[in-house]
Amino acid sequence: MTGIIDYNAGNIRSVELALNKIGAPFTTSANPAELSGMDRLIFPGVGEAAFAMAELKKKGLDSFLRDWAAAGKPLLGVCLGSQIIFDHSEEGDTPCLGMLPGIIRRFPRDFPEKGLKIPHMGWNDLAFHNGGSTLFNGIPEGSDVYFVHSYYIDPADPSLVTATVDYGFPVPCAVKRGSVEAFQFHPEKSGTIGLGMLANFTGGTAC
Amino acid sequence: MLKKRIIICLDVKDGRTTKGVKFLDNVDIGDPVIMADAYYAQGVDELVFYDIMASAHDRGPTLDLVANVAKTIHIPFCVGGGISTVEDIRATIKAGAEKVSLNSPAVRNPALIREGAAIFGNQCIVLGMDAKRDPAMPSGYRVYINGGRVATELDALEWALRAEELGAGEIVLNSIDADGTRDGYEITVTSLISSRVSIPVIASGGAGKPEHLAEVLTTGKADAALIASMVHSGEYTVSSIKDSLAGQGIPVRR
Repeated sequence: MTGIIDYNAGNIRSVELALNKIGAPFTTSANPAELSGMDRLIFPGVGEAAFAMAELKKKGLDSFLRDWAAAGKPLLGVCLGSQIIFDHSEEGDTPCLGMLPGIIRRFPRDFPEKGLKIPHMGWNDLAFHNGGSTLFNGIPEGSDVYFVHSYYIDPADPSLVTATVDYGFPVPCAVKRGSVEAFQFHPEKSGTIGLGMLANFTGGTAC
Repeated sequence: MLKKRIIICLDVKDGRTTKGVKFLDNVDIGDPVIMADAYYAQGVDELVFYDIMASAHDRGPTLDLVANVAKTIHIPFCVGGGISTVEDIRATIKAGAEKVSLNSPAVRNPALIREGAAIFGNQCIVLGMDAKRDPAMPSGYRVYINGGRVATELDALEWALRAEELGAGEIVLNSIDADGTRDGYEITVTSLISSRVSIPVIASGGAGKPEHLAEVLTTGKADAALIASMVHSGEYTVSSIKDSLAGQGIPVRR
């Protein structure tokens, strides 16, 4: 059973509908006691880092998530969930969960002058690194996935990066350390490519 | 490389897709959920559902439609028409839409953009703007509301910059002059606004053939192109349009 962490940070409906589509059973919850019984967790989220961290703390999910990762259990962070597992975010100068070493940075202010809009919004292709990830099984390198973000992951250790995307520079957009993986892009909104990645994570059926 | 997006717009009235010319004479062209599924299978990058009667009606049927679309397609989609409060935004997002398009209500109450962006994130708030040529305005384009029927005192470029400052994550820029003509997008206003704002601009109104999209995505500096009748009519498919764009060196998702 896959747990979807619901902490008032954005819409989790599209993640639920994607899991329905691939036939992966799930439970959506904000309750650490309930989530602790799951086989794996998806940590989604859109919105603002400081608000999200406050919600996690309020629900006791911050320490729960650190313990979950320390126990070597599978976790997939998505979008904001891929950012706040790092040490710190420039968004609101927010201390984050510190499960992975690194900083979340804003795209440079001069990007629009170079024709690079902020947010980085739309479909962009993946380049795999460090051997990629088992979540990319059956996914050709160069596949397009859907992005929407103004801040990006800057891991302290480049060996954590499993994929980058070209937006002004090679932007890290997928990371992995042990049982913890994270995608800056939205697999639940990336058509059959994204559903394939979610099927790899949950054991569902790609379609 | 970031791809140029092809976005299909479905105008919805009483739960059915319609198509009008210059906002008039709407005819029924099909079931929006079935059409969305077909375009998803063809590889469209995103969809927009615009409820053309919503401000005058109960929003219940639209929310049912949003929920059914969300179950069917797994790409982003935006919903517009009659969304005038934070509660409307919340209900639409909760039903499964990624984005809402705010048009007339944002003009009447600009704080709606700021409030919506603060709660749901900038990526969720799309400014929908209907612009019409008007030499009396500083940029040469005036903003219209109520489906293009009512002129405002807003200059199109100034309004775009203001909306960005308030927190809009994207702008759908519809040219009233070009809408429904199939003679091509309004390149001048699209290029003007897209080169001045830092958020993505989606060009809308006037698409009739793939060359029109190529023009607005290059000369017009648009980040995405909205189309409707050229695919609803069956004359083109998403893949035939993308083949043509790719052949002209424009990056598209295949």
